Amino acid sequence: MESQKDRIARQFMEALPHARALGMRLTLLEEGQARIEMDYDPRFVGDPETGVIHGGAVSALMDTCCGAAAMSHPDAPGGTATIDLRIDYMRPATPGQTIRAEAECYHITRSVAFVRARAMDDDAALPVATATGAFTVEGK
Amino acid sequence: MSRRTRPEPVQVVKQRRDAALKALVDGVPYIGFLGVGFERRGDELTAIMPFDEKLIGNPLLPALHGGATAAFLEITAIIGLSWATLWEEIESGAVDPLALTEGRLPRLPKTIDFTVDYLRSGLPRDAYARAQVNRSGRRYASVHVEAWQDNRARPFAQATGHFVMPRRDG
Repeated sequence: MESQKDRIARQFMEALPHARALGMRLTLLEEGQARIEMDYDPRFVGDPETGVIHGGAVSALMDTCCGAAAMSHPDAPGGTATIDLRIDYMRPATPGQTIRAEAECYHITRSVAFVRARAMDDDAALPVATATGAFTVEGK
Repeated sequence: MSRRTRPEPVQVVKQRRDAALKALVDGVPYIGFLGVGFERRGDELTAIMPFDEKLIGNPLLPALHGGATAAFLEITAIIGLSWATLWEEIESGAVDPLALTEGRLPRLPKTIDFTVDYLRSGLPRDAYARAQVNRSGRRYASVHVEAWQDNRARPFAQATGHFVMPRRDG
């Protein structure tokens, strides 16, 4: 049976039309940590020759995951918006595999949440991309 | 006595350039998924992302999703960079535009890193973007992109990215 926390997490994702359009699933959300999965989809391909997912789709996943981590921090009273986000692409994601992002809000002030994230495919030892970002801390 | 070759008819030139651009853009599924299109004036490109419900991040405001904005900027940077290279090759005759329309597309640059600066929230309206190639070497390139909505002078996001250029034969 779905726990209340899982239900809240699922509702959070379903409330974001763009995250829903990309088929994102929130699998963890607690105390400044978030994990989101996105299945491979031929519509998200950026390089037609190799079938590799577009960096933009990975960016959307990272941005959503970082935002979720920032909002779930115990000191975050409400919503958030991205101030800046840098993504480093270490290697192409393997076509056909689900991409999983894990984000951590490692510091938060009254106005800014600092977040970092990693994205992985089936080979979790070798991340596909990493991200660092600053997010706003907004009142309820 | 030397004689100047007659310039080609304008329609022939336009058709060749537009067909090459269309082939480049249509080859990338994710550009179609987001509904992004490109307008060309000479060698200058403007990317357009028409508003769509699925681009929304925060439905309460409502505002564009930061991820949709980031993807729009990255698409603009990659196509802008490819187009700048391709333009030279088409004009010099090194690349046959017919080959492009037949699906033999050039390899795309690969993103090394991409940093997005969110200046204001993206409104539920069409968005526009232009890329400026600040450096394009044999191996690496640096590209800056600006996106705006109602006012060109008030960009809502900007980004800088670094790219590895595809290997060229010969």
